[in-house]
Amino acid sequence: MDVVIIKLDHDMIKVNLKGEIDHHASLILREEIDNYIEKHRVKKILFNFKDVSFMDSSGVGMIIGRYKKLQNVGGKIGVVNLAPKIERIFQMSGLFSLISNFNDEKEAIDKL
Amino acid sequence: MTVLNEMQLDFVSKSENESFARVVVAAFASQLDPTLDELADIKTAVSEAVTNAIIHGYENTVGIIRISSKLYEDKVVITIQDWGKGIEDIEKARQPLWTSKPELERSGMGFTIMEDFMDELKVDSTPGEGTVVTMVKNINKGTVRQTT
Ligand SMILES: Nc1ncnc2c1ncn2[C@@H]1O[C@H](COP(=O)(O)OP(=O)(O)O)[C@@H](O)[C@H]1O
Ligand SMILES: [Mg+2]
Repeated sequence: MDVVIIKLDHDMIKVNLKGEIDHHASLILREEIDNYIEKHRVKKILFNFKDVSFMDSSGVGMIIGRYKKLQNVGGKIGVVNLAPKIERIFQMSGLFSLISNFNDEKEAIDKL
Repeated sequence: MTVLNEMQLDFVSKSENESFARVVVAAFASQLDPTLDELADIKTAVSEAVTNAIIHGYENTVGIIRISSKLYEDKVVITIQDWGKGIEDIEKARQPLWTSKPELERSGMGFTIMEDFMDELKVDSTPGEGTVVTMVKNINKGTVRQTT
């Protein structure tokens, strides 16, 4: 699992995820993202799943965890480029009632 | 029904072994020539069961996890066993979104995903003794590749 965090706006970041998101990877991701959020006062996160080849329910826990964290500062979370299998896991977990699934990055930047 | 092939693997409950376990089982099941979609389902279900053994069974202490698998003409049977804490109320544990460890950012979706992605799921558990999760995935093509 690799993660690259890109600043999109003063309070918005894009998190490019790469590889497999399981329990092991989620622990590492959580720490990197939370460090960044706290340092840079982030309110909006766009997770880009384009290069994610695998995700299980630990990924759901990781996203909900960040959602709760941003809720404290009135923030929001969006996702783009979900593969069908990952989208199904999001759907089953009810994640789309908490976060938005965008068609592309442009839409995400406009609406998030 | 004839067993075409069989394997068993023991490893310790380290989170690094989650990816190892799902790759091994997927490689083994590949002998039945499953679709990529079927393989992805198997990987996800194995990952869920192994993660549960690590986090809930052994609660992040060191223990042995055993995976065994059998290939039949039209299905793969996978068993994941731990000798950890066990489950008090299996029916409750299997419910969507129920987790005993919300503080660890668990989503409570593991069993629900195993059930959805596989064709059969059986959970046997005894508190203080451990847990056995048995899953079946039907592989519709069902021909074992010839090895020469
Ligand atoms: N191998 C296991 N040993 C002990 N308890 C388990 C095991 N697997 C699952 N459980 C229990 O079942 C609950 C539900 O599991 P699951 O659906 O995977 O959700 P999660 O792992 O997110 O908690 C767990 O919170 C735990 O209490
Ligand atoms: Mg689980």
